Amino acid sequence: MFGRLTIEALPLYSAIAAGGAAVTVGGALLVAIVITWLKGWLYLWNEWLTSVDHKRIGVMYIVLALIMLLRGFVDAIMMRTQQAMALNNEGYLPPEHFDQIFSSHGTIMIFFMAMPFMTGLLNIAVPLQIGTRDVAFPFLNSLSLWLAASGAGLVMVSLVIGKFSTAGWTGYPPYSGIQYTPGVGVDYWIWALLISGVGSTLSGINFVVTIIKRRAPGMTLMRMTPFVWTALCTSVLMTFAFPALTVACGLLALDRLLGMHFFTNALGGNMMNYANLFWIWGHPEVYILILPAFGVFSEVVATFSRKRLFGYESLVYATAAIAILSFTVWLHHFFTMGSSANVNAFFGVTTMVIAVPTGVKVFNWLLTMYRGRITFHPSMLWTVGFIATFVIGGMTGVLLAVPPVDFLMHNTTFLVAHFHNMIIPGVLFGYLAGYMYWFPKAFGFKINEPWGTAAFWFWIVGFYLAFMPLYVLGLMGMPRRMEQYNDPSWQPWLIAASMGAVLILIGIACLVMQIVASIRDRKLSGDVTGDPYDGRTLEWATASPPPAYNFAVLPEVRDREPLLDMKERGVTHAPPPAYQDIEIPKNSAAGVIMGGLAFVFGFAMVWWIWWLAILCGLAMWATMIWRSSDDDTEFVLVAEEVERLEKARYRTLEAAKAANP
Amino acid sequence: MKQAVVTVRSAAITLLALLAGGCDRMVVLNPKGPIADAERGLMIDAFTVMMIVVVPVIVMALWFALRYREGRNAHYEPSWAYSAKVDAVVWLIPALIVIAVAVLLWRSTHKLDPYREIASSTPPLDVQVVAQDWKWLFIYPEQGVASVNQLAIPAGRPVSLRITSDTVMNSFYVPALAGQIYAMAGMQTRLQLLADQPGKFVGRNTQYSGGGFSDQFFEVVAMSQADFDAWVTQAKQAPGKLDPPTYAKLAERSRLNPIVQYSAVEPRLFDSIIEKYTGGHQAHGQAPTAPARR
Repeated sequence: MFGRLTIEALPLYSAIAAGGAAVTVGGALLVAIVITWLKGWLYLWNEWLTSVDHKRIGVMYIVLALIMLLRGFVDAIMMRTQQAMALNNEGYLPPEHFDQIFSSHGTIMIFFMAMPFMTGLLNIAVPLQIGTRDVAFPFLNSLSLWLAASGAGLVMVSLVIGKFSTAGWTGYPPYSGIQYTPGVGVDYWIWALLISGVGSTLSGINFVVTIIKRRAPGMTLMRMTPFVWTALCTSVLMTFAFPALTVACGLLALDRLLGMHFFTNALGGNMMNYANLFWIWGHPEVYILILPAFGVFSEVVATFSRKRLFGYESLVYATAAIAILSFTVWLHHFFTMGSSANVNAFFGVTTMVIAVPTGVKVFNWLLTMYRGRITFHPSMLWTVGFIATFVIGGMTGVLLAVPPVDFLMHNTTFLVAHFHNMIIPGVLFGYLAGYMYWFPKAFGFKINEPWGTAAFWFWIVGFYLAFMPLYVLGLMGMPRRMEQYNDPSWQPWLIAASMGAVLILIGIACLVMQIVASIRDRKLSGDVTGDPYDGRTLEWATASPPPAYNFAVLPEVRDREPLLDMKERGVTHAPPPAYQDIEIPKNSAAGVIMGGLAFVFGFAMVWWIWWLAILCGLAMWATMIWRSSDDDTEFVLVAEEVERLEKARYRTLEAAKAANP
Repeated sequence: MKQAVVTVRSAAITLLALLAGGCDRMVVLNPKGPIADAERGLMIDAFTVMMIVVVPVIVMALWFALRYREGRNAHYEPSWAYSAKVDAVVWLIPALIVIAVAVLLWRSTHKLDPYREIASSTPPLDVQVVAQDWKWLFIYPEQGVASVNQLAIPAGRPVSLRITSDTVMNSFYVPALAGQIYAMAGMQTRLQLLADQPGKFVGRNTQYSGGGFSDQFFEVVAMSQADFDAWVTQAKQAPGKLDPPTYAKLAERSRLNPIVQYSAVEPRLFDSIIEKYTGGHQAHGQAPTAPARR
C-alpha cells in the first residue's frame, strides 16, 4: 500500500534530524495558521497562487528563493560548525548526517535558491523592459513556477520523511547507484531535479519566445537592455542545457528503479558517461545563473553612475560569446578522469578563452563608473563588491583551468572556495542587487536602504572570512566534504571560516529586517512616479506596481534608452490620443494543481507507491487536457476601464508633482 | 620587464607563504618531488600573470567608486559611452594574457601528463593501486608483495602507478608528490610520482565515497633504496598472503584499517579486479596488462 514507506522513515534517529523536521513542520504550520487568522486563503488563491501575471509569478519565485536561501544557509552554517569542531572527534553531527547536509546545501542553493531567484527577476523585469504586456505563454509560466516549487517541496519533505541523498549535489554514480546507496535519499534528489528541471526548460522556451516575438515596436535587438540580452542568452542556454540534466537524472532513475546499467560499475555501465552528461548541463548552468546577474550589474552600474553604459555593443557580443563558449568547456570538471593530454589541454584552453569576454565585461562596468556620478544605493554596493571580489574567483578559476594545477587542487577546499567565490559575489550579489533595484517597481514602495547597506557589509566581510581560509586549506591539501579530520593545523582556518558564516548569518538577518522595515514604512516610501531612480529604460515608464496590462499603449522605441529618449523629448507622461480594449489572460488553477500533483507523483516515485504515482500521472494528464481544451482563457479590459485606470494614475502623478515640485 | 615579473613572482610566493604563517603547512606550496614542484610552479606562474588584470581591477573598482561618488564633484561625463581605442584595449589585454597562459597550458599539460613516465636513468618502480571502502591497497608486482594503507617507495626513483577501484569512484591524491587522478572500477588510470628525499607524506581519497571517506588516508614513506629493499624483505616475511579469499575479506567495507603487509600476491590480481567489472571485455583503449614502455 505505501511502498517502502514505513514509520521508520520519521527522523527519530537523532535529535538534530528530529529538530530539523520539527522546525520545517512547525514553520509550515505557523504560516498556515497566520494565513487562516488573516482570512487570507481566498485572497492568496485568487490573487497569487492561480495568477498568470508575470509580475506576481516573479514575486512568488523570489519568495521561494528567499525561503530556500534560509534553508540552504542553515545547512552551510551546520557544516562550518561541524568542521570547526571535528578535529579527531566526531563533531556534533551524527554519522551520515553531514553527508546529507552537503548534498542538500548544494542542491538547494543551485536548483531551489539561485534558479528561482533568477527566473523571478526575469519575470519581473523582462516583459517590462521590452515593453510588452506579458510573457508569450502566461499559463506555461505559472506551470514552471509550480514545478519548481514542487521540486523544492520534495527536498523539504526529505527532512521530515526519510533521508536526503548523501551523494553530493552532483550525484555521481556509481556511488549514487542502487548498489551503494539503496535508500530513498538519491531518489528524492533525482525526482526534485527531474520535476524542477522540466519547469526550467519550459521557462527557457517561454523567455526565448517572449524576447524574440514580443518586443515593443521599434525595439530592435540592439536596442534591448543589457539585462534582456543576458536573459535571452540564459533562456537559450536553459532550453538546450536542461534536457541533458533531465536525461542524466532519468537514466540514473532507470538504473535505480529498473535495474538498468547505464552508469553502474559492471554489466556495461560507465560512470564517465554520467559525468559528461551532468556537466554538459552543469557548465552552461553556471552561465545560466551568472549571465542575468551580469545583466543586473549592467543596469545598476549605469543607473547609479548616472551615465550611459560603456561599450554596450562590446557587452552584448561578450554576453553572446560567453553563452556559446559555455557549451565547450564541460570537461574541465573532470580533468582528473584520465583523458589524454590533448583533450585536457583543449578544454583547458577553451575554459580560459571564456575569461576574455568576462574580462571585457568587468572593464565595461568599471569604465561606466569612470567619470560618473555615483550614488550608493545598496544595489550599487553589491555591484562594486562584486567587481572587486569576483576578479579573485576568476583568477583562481584560470588557475584551475590549467590541467596540471587542477590535478593538485581538484576536490580540495580550494575548489570549494573558487566556486563560492564565483557564485556568491557573481550570482547571489547580482540577484540581491536586482531584487533591491526592482523592489519598488514590484511593490510600489521603496526598499529600506540602511538595512540593505548593513546586509551588504556583513555579507562581504563574512564572505572573505568564510572562504579565503578555504583557499589556504586547499593549499594544505584538505579534501572537500570531510566530516572529521586528523590534521590539527587545519582547525584554526576552519574556525575562522565558521566565524565568516556567523557574519553572513547576521547579513541574512539584515535582509529579513530590511523586508520588515520596508513594509513598515511603506506609507512613507511610496513610489508614486514609478521611476524612483530617474531611470532610462521602459520598466520605469509605467506605474509601480504596474497595472495588469503593464502599458496602456505599447511604447514606441526609438533609442537604446527609450525612457531617457522620451524624457528628452518631453513625452514621458503624455496621454495617448485614444485607448483600446486590452486582452488579459485569466487566472488559472491548472498550474498550481499540476504542480501539486507533480509533488505527490515525485513523492510516490521516491517511496515506490506505484498506485499513487499512476493516479497522479493520470490526474496531471487530465488537468492538462482540461486546460488545453479551455478556449476561454482571456478576458477583455474595455477601453473605458483602461482610460479610467490611466486617468487615475495621471491624477496621482499631477498631485505628486504639485506636492513636490 | 623580465625583472619585474621575477619580482612579482617572488612577491607572490612570499605572500602565499606568509598567508599560512609558514610554507611548511601548505603542502601544495612545499612540494617534495619534481611532479608536484612543476605543478606548483605552473600555478605560481599563472597566478603571477593573472595579477596583471586582478590588481588593476580591484584598484579601479575601489578608486572609481570613491573618486566619482556624488558630492566629490569629480569630472562628470554622462554621455561618454564608447571609445574604439579603449574597446580595443579591453579586448586585447585579456586576450593577450589568455594566449600567454594558453601556450603555457598546452605545453605543461603534455609535459605533466600523468600517463607520461618520468624520464630517469633508473627504471620506474611499478605499483598497482586499488581503492576500496575505505582504504587503499598497494600491490608491488615485481616484488610480489602488497600493502594496505602504506605506500613505501624508494626516494629518488620514479614510481609508476596503475590505479583502479573495487568500489565507487575514488581519487588518489598525495599532494606533496603529485596531483590526483580518479580511481574507477573496471578501468585503469595512471599516475607518476617521485620523492626527492626520504620522508613521510599523507595520501588521501578526495572523492566522497561514503561513511568512511574521512578516514580514508594512507601514508607514503619514501626511503633510501637500501631501506626499501629491507622493507620488501620484511614484507616477504609477513604472515598473510593475498589469495582470493583473503582479498575478498579485505575488500569488504572497513574503516581505519591498520597498515598490513602481504608476503605474496595472487598473480594477475590487479587485472582480475578490473575484469570483475568488465566481464573480461575491455572497454576501448583500456588495456589491463602493462603496455610497452613509452
